[in-house]
Amino acid sequence: MAAQTVASTTDSTTSSAVDLGPATALSCRECGHRVPLGPVFACEECFGPLEIAYDFSSYDTEELRKRIEAGPANIWRYAPLLPVPADVADKPNINPGWTKLVQADNLARELGVDAGKLFVKDDSGNPTHSFKDRVVAQAIEAARAFGFTTLSCSSTGNLAGAVGAAAARAGFRSCVFIPHDLEQGKVVMAAIYGGELVGIEGNYDDVNRFCSELIGDPAGEGWGFVNVNLRPYYAEGSKTLAYEICEQLGWRLPDQLVVPIASGSQLTKIDKGLKELIELGLVEDKPYKIFGAQAEGCSPVSVAYKAGHDVVRPQKPNTIAKSLAIGNPADGPYVLDIARRTGGAVEDVDDEQVVDAIKLLARTEGIFAETAGGVTVGVTRKLIENGLLDPTLTTVVLNTGDGLKTLDAVAGTGLTATIRPTLESFRDAGLG
Amino acid sequence: MSVTVRIPTILRTYTGGAAEVKAEGGTLGEVVSDLEKNHTGIAARILDDQGKLRRFVNVYVNDDDVRFEQGLETATPDGAGVSIIPAVAGG
Repeated sequence: MAAQTVASTTDSTTSSAVDLGPATALSCRECGHRVPLGPVFACEECFGPLEIAYDFSSYDTEELRKRIEAGPANIWRYAPLLPVPADVADKPNINPGWTKLVQADNLARELGVDAGKLFVKDDSGNPTHSFKDRVVAQAIEAARAFGFTTLSCSSTGNLAGAVGAAAARAGFRSCVFIPHDLEQGKVVMAAIYGGELVGIEGNYDDVNRFCSELIGDPAGEGWGFVNVNLRPYYAEGSKTLAYEICEQLGWRLPDQLVVPIASGSQLTKIDKGLKELIELGLVEDKPYKIFGAQAEGCSPVSVAYKAGHDVVRPQKPNTIAKSLAIGNPADGPYVLDIARRTGGAVEDVDDEQVVDAIKLLARTEGIFAETAGGVTVGVTRKLIENGLLDPTLTTVVLNTGDGLKTLDAVAGTGLTATIRPTLESFRDAGLG
Repeated sequence: MSVTVRIPTILRTYTGGAAEVKAEGGTLGEVVSDLEKNHTGIAARILDDQGKLRRFVNVYVNDDDVRFEQGLETATPDGAGVSIIPAVAGG
């Protein structure tokens, strides 16, 4: 069946033929309106976001746990909990995930956290060095199911690389859109995979608007936009961060998580993943707190949180943390709900604090984070100082990307000294 | 004032499948009212029960997000382009 990017949400022809495992329908998060599985993303009744509804009723908890533990060392170990066919691991994909959960005792000491209580989930270890591989891997399976042959997206950089790589591996054409002034490292890392990469004269929100209009135009027909018409499927990939963290902690929930906020999708799906593990009996049902982290120069959710608002007023971004520079975050209202429901908070740090935090994580744990990781580590420090984050409880801080992508942010870092190749010169420089 | 309104896919059932329609009005609110006259039911999809823009709808007048402007009071000059776009995209 030919892909229909402009399919009506009432078109039932896209649902019955697709095999997306336990996924049964799309359900509006706002009003509960349900539609069949298809390449649609917004509710026809209220414009609310559509998300995947599942049938997990046939699962036995201990059988499911064994099945997961016997699965591959990537996100497909959680295939029974994702909108993917059961044989997903046999299909060409980039197979991300199962990244390291680093017990960060050195960082804990610096931040005043109890030994053994602080962990960094280091998603720079994914195939294109950011968490975006998780969500794109999901979108690839949805694109296959709906018959798309071209993959596209609006991107702040990391997603562009992930889409390019996944498209190359899976045999799709890719054409992705980025703000024209992205970090050069991210441009190269997106372009190298051979797909089309288009710079848009504007910021990310302008790019996003363009893609949303392209999707309704004949020029975009037959295209799978991973974070637009495939967004319900794509977003589920972030649940695997929650699954991995809990499994790596020995099937335990962390007490506190610090998660970066761009659109807010990742944070909302981590919460969804944790709730699913509780409902399935895979972890003990106990409270957890989710904290959101933003850069001050793009902090619409943090501002709304502190003002007590339940809606987010868009901002014009101005921060070095470009991967988080979404001024009009689609899932912002849900992040506010989750932070408040779980007893967490949303906080922001300025660019200088971001750079300091990147250096802190690097010198204490040997992890070179991109700016988004600097934001989460910086916010963690601030939350501890403000008494909002309990340093005696198990805390997981996310690093969602590799520092090699944002070298400009730490450009002042360099040589300790330049010396002649002699022992005398070495001693004279105070190094001996 | 005559403006051109870009209609998102999920609202095209109200416009007979048309991706663009003409509408009249000096403000966005007046444009929405005029859309409703010719495409009955469309306003209730764009506005909530209090008559405000739904929180998951983005509306642009030319290049400007009306949330940065005056919302439904935003002026719609003659010949302007109005785009109605689902907000749940990106990230």
